[in-house]
Amino acid sequence: MTAPPAIELSSIAKSFGAVRAVRGVSLRIESGTIAGIIGENGAGKSTLMSILFGLYHADGGEIHIGGVPVRMESPHDAIAHGIGMVHQHFMLIDSFTVLENLVLGVEGGFLLSDGMARTRAEVERLSGEYGLSVNLDARVSDLSVGEQQRVEILKVLLRGARILILDEPSAVLTPQETDRLFLVLAALRERGVTVILITHKLREIMAATDRVFVMRQGELVAERRTAETDPHELAELMVGRKVRLQIDKTPTHAGSVMLRAEHLRLVDGRGVPLLDDVDLELRAGEIVAIAGVAGNGQTELLQVLAGMRAPTSGSLTICERTFDAHRPGDPAGRRAIGLAHVPEDRLRQGLVAPFQAAETSILGYQDEPRFNPRYFLDRPAIARHCRDLMERFDVRPRLPRLRSSQFSGGNQQKLVLAREMAQEPRVLLVGQPTRGVDIGAIEFIHRELVKARDRGCAVLVVSVELDEVLSLADRVLVMFGGKIVGEVEPAGTDERRLGLMMAGASE
Amino acid sequence: MDDLAAIVFLTAAATLRTATPLILCAMGGLFSEKSGIVDVGLEGKMLMAAFFGASAAALTGSAWWGVAAAIGAAEIMALLHGFACITYRGNQVVSGVALNILAAGLTVVLGNAWFHQGGQTPPLEQAGSRMLPIFFPHAGDNILVYAALASVPFTWWLIARTRFGLRLRAVGEMPLAVDAAGVSVSWLRYRAVLLCGFFAGLAGAYLSIAQNAGFSRDMTAGQGFIALAAIIFGKWQPFPAFGACLIFGLLDAVAIRLQGVRVPGVGEVPVQFIQALPYLLTMFLLAGFIGRAVAPKAIGVPYEKEH
Repeated sequence: MTAPPAIELSSIAKSFGAVRAVRGVSLRIESGTIAGIIGENGAGKSTLMSILFGLYHADGGEIHIGGVPVRMESPHDAIAHGIGMVHQHFMLIDSFTVLENLVLGVEGGFLLSDGMARTRAEVERLSGEYGLSVNLDARVSDLSVGEQQRVEILKVLLRGARILILDEPSAVLTPQETDRLFLVLAALRERGVTVILITHKLREIMAATDRVFVMRQGELVAERRTAETDPHELAELMVGRKVRLQIDKTPTHAGSVMLRAEHLRLVDGRGVPLLDDVDLELRAGEIVAIAGVAGNGQTELLQVLAGMRAPTSGSLTICERTFDAHRPGDPAGRRAIGLAHVPEDRLRQGLVAPFQAAETSILGYQDEPRFNPRYFLDRPAIARHCRDLMERFDVRPRLPRLRSSQFSGGNQQKLVLAREMAQEPRVLLVGQPTRGVDIGAIEFIHRELVKARDRGCAVLVVSVELDEVLSLADRVLVMFGGKIVGEVEPAGTDERRLGLMMAGASE
Repeated sequence: MDDLAAIVFLTAAATLRTATPLILCAMGGLFSEKSGIVDVGLEGKMLMAAFFGASAAALTGSAWWGVAAAIGAAEIMALLHGFACITYRGNQVVSGVALNILAAGLTVVLGNAWFHQGGQTPPLEQAGSRMLPIFFPHAGDNILVYAALASVPFTWWLIARTRFGLRLRAVGEMPLAVDAAGVSVSWLRYRAVLLCGFFAGLAGAYLSIAQNAGFSRDMTAGQGFIALAAIIFGKWQPFPAFGACLIFGLLDAVAIRLQGVRVPGVGEVPVQFIQALPYLLTMFLLAGFIGRAVAPKAIGVPYEKEH
């Protein structure tokens, strides 16, 4: 007789209003395996897992854990059934120590001291067993993202979880940290823990899982043994059509320098350098990508280049205009000289969420006579302009009057990109071009960026996605601790070397 | 020499007397604020407690009944605040201000209706209807003063050393983490708000049946706000907040001593100026001196559970 599966879901369904997020999904995950769930944004994978973890109530269907039917009313029930979840956004309290975070919810008695001592001993055992070392007395705010994730995993294990759900665990990790995470997961599997990995990164599915489940539009469209599939097949299953994972592009013919930064420094209010002596050159007709783990100065660099923030010292030449600490310029001035910027934080800087798509499509250009002939906005002209952009960039649905927030992430990004690229800029800055964007749209956005380059635009891309950086760029600069620590040719670069540079290890 | 000792003793006693309601209020407010619920309504809670405390003491002739009524009144105010802010996720500042206005009006209206003395309660003259000094007859060291002193280490211990305290701190920083750990955010916050009501009730009782012998309209005179300032000044930590209360208390005590004193070169210091000192100091300290106060991260933000 075989053991019952760790998890069995039958006909799980969940709707949010008119949106059917999960449509009758049934799946079995065997105990002691690593299962991957992939799908585009909005495919329903996170919703499905939230139902399993008791965060959402399913409209219909059954959940069996270890062969026993269960009802998940809240995360409390899920924890009681041995399910633990590591969320994409960590649920750690920054101002608490690691130990305080771990002990929260499983304190034992009324006095903390006993629970603390017990937890400390328990953690020491667990960290030895699974290679999850972490300093218990450090404050969470002082930990690296990889360490914070280890704390999250420890938290789940301490609560006795035998089933571990990880939601996009590698989104914020360096390749080395990701490798280390996979070692931990393998050690967990050795000891009979069942792991579910939610991700959209095909490479990780291939590297870490035993089985993979593919979701599309709320349905489970395929189940494969990882050993018997390949990334191309999975990508096709996810999108529902053939997808090119590689970008076709011709070698670059870089022209004259369009943007030059010299000794750029930016120091924050507490005296911490955010940008440290950054030198940078960007030529017409090339794509330069800046790689790095989030939070190493890329955001600030973009802000300074785009005129949103003044540098503390150093100078900046954009399209033959010079800016420095005394004359930093502003975003409107940058636009006037032919620089366009697609900000990293789309929702807060790229668009105004409650605005109509048509309004979003002219943000920053609203004073141009064609939109604003005299005193009032020419709404029909703006709607025509928006519709035109939507056609050219395949933004769906094609409704200029729909609120910006009601478009999916990928369509929002395409709209912002369309707005900026329609100006035919000479310099284009793009922050995280495909963050929260699904595979189909990624392909499209990449092609458009290459087209802009071929027209002679100088393109600077900041991205934390290594695959993207390597496939899109003609040159790759690596940032660490506010400095540019190296430049590599994307062709033939080995990811490990890049990863080490991103982690600040000198060569 | 004896003179100096006497002055020091009397000033210290006066400081403690004026600081007592501040300390009790600040410790109460600390629980609420640590849990993420802003409490602008400390003033109103204290005022309501002072009124009901004095009324009950006058009617029953027992100071203890007065204290019980004061706590009861403050707890009802606390529950109203909790209901608006926790259950209905309303704006915490608006709710607090509303409670202050309610207290200012209701105490006077009820006072007039019940006692016909222009909003005051009858003076507490019967034996046993007031809290009296225990050891030093002239220092006013009644039991509530000692309660205030004890409340500081108690608050520290509860917040720093117990399960409840850990969860309380967590819920003020990141309620989502508490919810994910399977602990009820609402129940934690209700308990915090109720603790706040308890201490604000003691503070109100102190004003009307210990420090004074009866309630008079608006007798809290902004002390709830001063306590709130002390919490911020003390960076949401019990002992530093206690220190801030003592500073404010000392200023008040000195202000009383300075009345009518001629300062060389300046002449007589206007009473109004001295009385304004605690408030000026609050502004001055908050504006620049203490640097950035680190409030609990989730303070003032209602917790919305996803469904």
